[in-house]
Amino acid sequence: MLGLVIRAFQRFIEDTYGAAAAAAVAQRAGLPVAGVEAMRIHQAGLAEAAIAAAEAVLGRPRAGLLEDFGTHLVSRPDRPALRRLLRFGGAGFRDFLASIEDLPGRARLALPELALPQLELEDRGGGRLTLSCRPPAPDLLHVAAGILRALADDYGALVVVEPEAAADGGPVLAIDLLDARFAAARPFALVAGAS
Amino acid sequence: MTGALPGPALDPAALGRLLPLHLWLAADGTVAGAGPTLARMLGGGDWRDRPFAELFELRHPRPGTAGGLAGLAGARLHLVLRRPPHTGFKGFAVPAGAGGLVVNLGLGAGVIEAVREHRLTERDFAPTDHAIELLYLAEAKSVIQAVLRDVNGQLEAARSAAEEQALTDNLTGLRNRRALDAALARALAAGVPFAVVRLDLDWFKAVNDNLGHAAGDAVLQAMARALGAETRAADTVARVGGDEFVVLLAGVAMAAEAEAIGERMLTRIAAPVIWEGREARVSASVGYVLSRDYPRPDADRLLGDADEALYASKRAGRGRIMPGRAPAALRAGRPSRPAAAAAAAPPPAE
Repeated sequence: MLGLVIRAFQRFIEDTYGAAAAAAVAQRAGLPVAGVEAMRIHQAGLAEAAIAAAEAVLGRPRAGLLEDFGTHLVSRPDRPALRRLLRFGGAGFRDFLASIEDLPGRARLALPELALPQLELEDRGGGRLTLSCRPPAPDLLHVAAGILRALADDYGALVVVEPEAAADGGPVLAIDLLDARFAAARPFALVAGAS
Repeated sequence: MTGALPGPALDPAALGRLLPLHLWLAADGTVAGAGPTLARMLGGGDWRDRPFAELFELRHPRPGTAGGLAGLAGARLHLVLRRPPHTGFKGFAVPAGAGGLVVNLGLGAGVIEAVREHRLTERDFAPTDHAIELLYLAEAKSVIQAVLRDVNGQLEAARSAAEEQALTDNLTGLRNRRALDAALARALAAGVPFAVVRLDLDWFKAVNDNLGHAAGDAVLQAMARALGAETRAADTVARVGGDEFVVLLAGVAMAAEAEAIGERMLTRIAAPVIWEGREARVSASVGYVLSRDYPRPDADRLLGDADEALYASKRAGRGRIMPGRAPAALRAGRPSRPAAAAAAAPPPAE
């Protein structure tokens, strides 16, 4: 797991629950005292330890915690980087969804070490889409739910995003697109600072 | 069969959707049409029917070189918008019938400035255009650079913290002042006798001045080896300043023993150092004190008295070892004697 991801999770805990909570989580998870190195590949167990420690310290269920983490990733006005990068996916939320399968490839262009699993979007008709990933990654889907909700908001689209168990057992995210142009989108210029 | 097929017939609107940055030039060199994005960049509608050369400066190929307008077909073009912000374009033209040309333009590496200056959005680019990917990558790159700057800042902080805690002198591998202080404190706490020997190189400035700092560094390293060779594992050898050294001789209680060790050090130090085929010669002035001579020894006093003895050596002609004078009652009347081996230190080469 790339250190950048664990650091983002730590920052989410600190921004949301305070420095004391973040310190308690870091200690319980056994994160390096000097800080997780952003560009290093850390052992897979480190991210799991951080999530488990946050569940225990904060007394919050894993799914909700990860969804909030996803929302935090793209909704902090003072850290617009990831929101901006995701909005390159399309001019509207529908375009964005249409390009979501390209996301791991784009992420790989930018940061080969990130290693996102393959994403699969299926149109079930009637405004319902489902998102799954291969190999299945339930934690990632929870984070994706938070990201999609925040991003729909950003695009001014009205959507309901809920995890559901698929018939064949793998977890999927159900996305109900109620109104793609429900509200005005937040401004987005292709070049930062141009609008 | 294929020969019988007519070429694709595109109306201007379809051509505009396919190539939003195209330019359609009539045979007389006037602009007959433009893709919607290029039309926006040309500003307003008065571009239509104006001569191409009024709107664009042709940077490559140089205008008038070959065959007028028709000569542009098939060449790599470099155009610059005459109106501000003077956007640059790459271009490629093909004949479009009746002596006209269709020129497709691209923003090339200037895409970031062009997007900013013309306030372009993704709808201004053809879906197959890589411009959006390029912008995405440029932005991702700057995000990652910011992360790397953070990482570098952290490493720098960790490095200075480590240096702060370091006990080793970088150049010579000897202990540093911090390590010496700790060793002195340990020796004082243990209450066993020891000698504090201070050494300062003679003629070192001349080596630096005449042979350069690299030679000076080589001399300091040779000095470190000389001190290391005459001490044991339990002793502490520290470099405490540019060419100042302190040696803590554990268990040494007798002046004769301290002086014997000091003189052996002087002999080694007096050996010339060969640096890039040239000789650098130095000697050292040495002062020492014995902890046993003090009823209540403390570190500052020992170091200060040894330093005073060192300067007495310098005044007495350098290249020698002298005992500290304090406490006076114990040391009164004791003669100091020059170290035989390096009595008259020659100046360095050159």
